[in-house]
Amino acid sequence: MLEVCPLASLPRGDARRVDASPPIAVFHTDDGEVFAVDDTCSHQDASLADGWLEGCEVECPLHASKFNLRTGAVDAPPAKLPVRTHEVVIEDGVIYVELSTEAPNLPPDIRSRLDAEGKA
Amino acid sequence: MKSIAIIGASLAGLCAARALRAQGFAGELNIVGAESNRPYDRPPLSKEYLAGDIDQASLTLEPDDEDLQANWLLGLSATNFDAGTRSVTLSDGSQLSADGFVLATGSRARPWPGTEHLAGVHVLRTIEDADRLRADLVSGARLVVIGAGFIGAEVASTARKLGLDVTVVEAAPSPLIGPLGPQLGTAVARFHGDNGTALHCGVGVAGLTGTDRVTGVDLADGRHVPADVVVVGIGGIPNIEWLEGSGIELGNGVLCDRGGATSIPHVVAVGDCAAWMDASGAHRRVEHWTGASERPAIAVSTLLSGEYQGQHVKPPYFWSDQYGARIQFAGIAGPDAEFTIEEGSLDAGSFLAVYRRDGNPVAVLGVDQVRLFTRWRRQISAQPTPI
Repeated sequence: MLEVCPLASLPRGDARRVDASPPIAVFHTDDGEVFAVDDTCSHQDASLADGWLEGCEVECPLHASKFNLRTGAVDAPPAKLPVRTHEVVIEDGVIYVELSTEAPNLPPDIRSRLDAEGKA
Repeated sequence: MKSIAIIGASLAGLCAARALRAQGFAGELNIVGAESNRPYDRPPLSKEYLAGDIDQASLTLEPDDEDLQANWLLGLSATNFDAGTRSVTLSDGSQLSADGFVLATGSRARPWPGTEHLAGVHVLRTIEDADRLRADLVSGARLVVIGAGFIGAEVASTARKLGLDVTVVEAAPSPLIGPLGPQLGTAVARFHGDNGTALHCGVGVAGLTGTDRVTGVDLADGRHVPADVVVVGIGGIPNIEWLEGSGIELGNGVLCDRGGATSIPHVVAVGDCAAWMDASGAHRRVEHWTGASERPAIAVSTLLSGEYQGQHVKPPYFWSDQYGARIQFAGIAGPDAEFTIEEGSLDAGSFLAVYRRDGNPVAVLGVDQVRLFTRWRRQISAQPTPI
C-alpha cells in the first residue's frame, strides 16, 4: 500500500496529487469521504487533483470532463473512458492507497509520449 | 411525452439525448444531424487534429458501449418547422413529428463574402474543413489568418508549429477585446510575436486577391499581405434560418427563457443556435463548448416538466491552447470591470487576472495557472450569473 498523508493534512474539499506511475489523485469530499483515482484525465494530459471537486464528482480543470470518484465513470464529455479507482484505507489517521492492478486509461497524448520514450 | 426529436447531432444534441435518458424519458427519440458523422469534439480541429497529432477516431464523443436507444438520422438537415402539426421537414423531403423538440442546430463559420470559389481560402468548423485546411498547411507556405479570436489564434499557433510563415490580421485595436478587454487581450496576444507570428491589429481587410487561387490579402490601410492560404476566423452565424416563419421567436439565435424554453410550448433550444435569457433579462448567445455541454440538462428538464426548474446556470467558461500556453477564461467581464493580477505577471507570460465590478469578482483569466484558475472559476460560479 502507498502511504499518502495524514488525513488531518488533507482538508475536506481538497485534493492531493501523489507521485506514482501513473500519478494518483486523492480527494477528501465535503461529506468527509476519501477517494483515490488516476490523476491524469483520460481525455488529455491534465491533473484531476487540480480539478473542481463537487460532491462525489471531479471536473477536469481543462476541458470539463467529469468523473464519478466512487466508480471512475465518465459523467460528462469530452472524456469517453473511465479513470481507474484505487482502494483507500485509513489507518491510525493516515491515508493509504491500494493501487489498482487494472490497466490505466491514459490519454492519447501521454500514451504516444510513453511509446516514444519506450522506443528511445 | 411519448416522442422527442433532437434537431442537431453535435455536442449539444448528444448531451440533450443523454440528459433525456438520464432524466427518465423512455419514449421514442430521433436525432437529426446535418453532418454525416456521429457527434465529435470540435475544439481539437484547430489544434491537435489540425496538427495531425490525433486521428479522427479520437474526436468521437461516444464511448463504444453507449446506447441511447435513439434513431440517428444523419446527413439530413431540417428545412422547416411546423408548430401546428409539430413536425419538422428534413432535407430529403421527409417529415418528422414529435411531441417535444430540442433545437440544437448550432452555428456555422462566417465566410468572407465572395470567396466561395477561391481556392486556398478556408473557414474551420467541421472535420471536412479541418482536413481541407490541413492539406494546405505545408511547411514554408504563407498563411494569413483574418481575425485574432480563439480559432484564428489557434490555427496560427498550429501553422507555426507546422513551419508556415504566419500573419494574423485583426480589425479591432487588440485581439479578444470583447471577452478580455484591451489590456489583457494585448497581454495574451504577445504569444503571437514571441513565436514568430506577425500580428496586425486595428486594421480591417479590404479584400482578398487572386482569381482561381488566393494570392494575398489587401488591408484597409493600403498594405498588401501575400498569402498562399487564408483562414477566415471572424465568428459564427446561428443556424436558425430554417425556423423563420415557424412562430418561434428569433433574434441573434433562438430566443429562450432562463431554462431554454422557446416561445412555443414543448420546444427548447440549446447550444450555439440558442440565445438564453441571462440574469439581467438580456438574451445572450453563448457559443462556448461548456454551454453546449452543461445547458442541455437544464433545457431537457424544462422540456419534460413544462417549465424552468430554477437550476443554476454556470457562467461561461472557455479555454484555448496557443503556442503551448493554456489560456482559460470564465465569467463575463464587461467593459466596466477592472482587473488585478493575482499571480504571476504579464511580462512573465504566466498569470492569473481577476476582473471585479463593484468589488465583486465577475471573471477570471488564467494563462498557465490551471489549479488557481479552477479555484477562482469555482468562486465566480458560486455567485449568481453576473449581469
